[in-house]
Amino acid sequence: MKPAAFDYTRAGDLSEALDALSQHGAEARIIAGGQSLLPMLNMRLAKPTVLIDIMGIAGLDRVGREGDLIVVPAGVRQAALMKRPGLAGEQPLLAAALPWLGHYQTRARGTVCGSAAHADPSAEIPLCLVALDGEVRLRSRRKRRSVSAGDFFSGMMVTDKADDELIEAVAFPAARPGTGYAFKEVARRHGDFAIVGCAAVVTRDAMHLAVAGVADRPQRRSFPLLEGSALTDALNAFACELDARDDFHATARLRRDLVRSLGLSTIGEAKRCRA
Amino acid sequence: MPRLSAATQHRVTFTLNGRTVSLDAQPRLLATDALRHGLGATGTHVGCEHGVCGACTIQIDGQPARACLTLAVQLEGKEVTTVEGLAPERDRLSVMQAAFRRHHALQCGFCTAGILVSLDAYLREEPSPSEQELREVLSGHLCRCTGYTQMIRAALEAAACLRGEPLPQTLEPADV
Repeated sequence: MKPAAFDYTRAGDLSEALDALSQHGAEARIIAGGQSLLPMLNMRLAKPTVLIDIMGIAGLDRVGREGDLIVVPAGVRQAALMKRPGLAGEQPLLAAALPWLGHYQTRARGTVCGSAAHADPSAEIPLCLVALDGEVRLRSRRKRRSVSAGDFFSGMMVTDKADDELIEAVAFPAARPGTGYAFKEVARRHGDFAIVGCAAVVTRDAMHLAVAGVADRPQRRSFPLLEGSALTDALNAFACELDARDDFHATARLRRDLVRSLGLSTIGEAKRCRA
Repeated sequence: MPRLSAATQHRVTFTLNGRTVSLDAQPRLLATDALRHGLGATGTHVGCEHGVCGACTIQIDGQPARACLTLAVQLEGKEVTTVEGLAPERDRLSVMQAAFRRHHALQCGFCTAGILVSLDAYLREEPSPSEQELREVLSGHLCRCTGYTQMIRAALEAAACLRGEPLPQTLEPADV
């Protein structure tokens, strides 16, 4: 399994990367950590003619704060975000989900924005973005725009990103007082693709549950504070709405069961974690 | 912006196990093939070629990386460590390699190179790992002989040894 031939360019700054993207459009791909793109190239599921490497661009590797947003630029590796001091207090959902994202060896290379760009329906970064109602910041030669995570992911490995755009950063809302966060996942092996992943955010008057691995993109539903059978009925309705499919790893029925059971326990944990 | 064209070979220079090396590579050449075919460093093994099995794990600037998910041109200017670079000198094993030998932590040996490279990086980051943490590190590797238990034992003992703790009494000094 070897990639098809492509030209390779190292962008010295963001402007060079945007120029190359506007020139080549759909023929070009941005390469950052390469942990999603290289398998696609090796299996020839993707055959770009130009790769634009952005990892040499200065300043893209520093996580920043803008008010209550944690801003993660395109060069930040997953391991770097995971090691951010105080992350468990700053956004407990991210701290809980990141250890499930691939393996120690792939997190050392893979980037947070790269995972968003790849948009695997079972992936943890898209799930967290959708659960927290985060944003994806896109940039092209023409314009800059910010898209809410719920609008960004539009299907199986399909996003709202245009061919001449790149993800400049993703932004996760930091934890708010009085809100609880929880993450749970079921996979064959720790670090493998999730069969179902759940992320819950519970505030004083609402519960939000986002689910990965079931529909063609992470899906989020909001409920009032429910208990007992009202909650299990609501989760049952959510599970049935999601158009779960059978595949090699799990049946649609198992996935629906996990939305009900894992969803319930994730919401329960988020409720208990409300500070 | 330097652009390396698809059809031509480009000079790539990096440090491999402390030595400066160069080879000519097309942009699509994987680091696995650059190491094995271009430089003759066949210690890095190739299993699945899509990042799942971990046999080809190397270190780039001290961090673990799947060589099959790395382009040779991405190694330009980097410090690369492969399994060949773990032993302190010829005919002497590293502490981890010696522990693997003592604990029979390899059977066919195909996955071993990547696992040793991963554990070497991880112990530098976390000198006192728990068994659970080591299991999670090893979850990034497939051993089809399924000898994980011995690997965990070896890694725990090697970590203790590297922290300067006394070795179990049953060991001969020559074993270390």
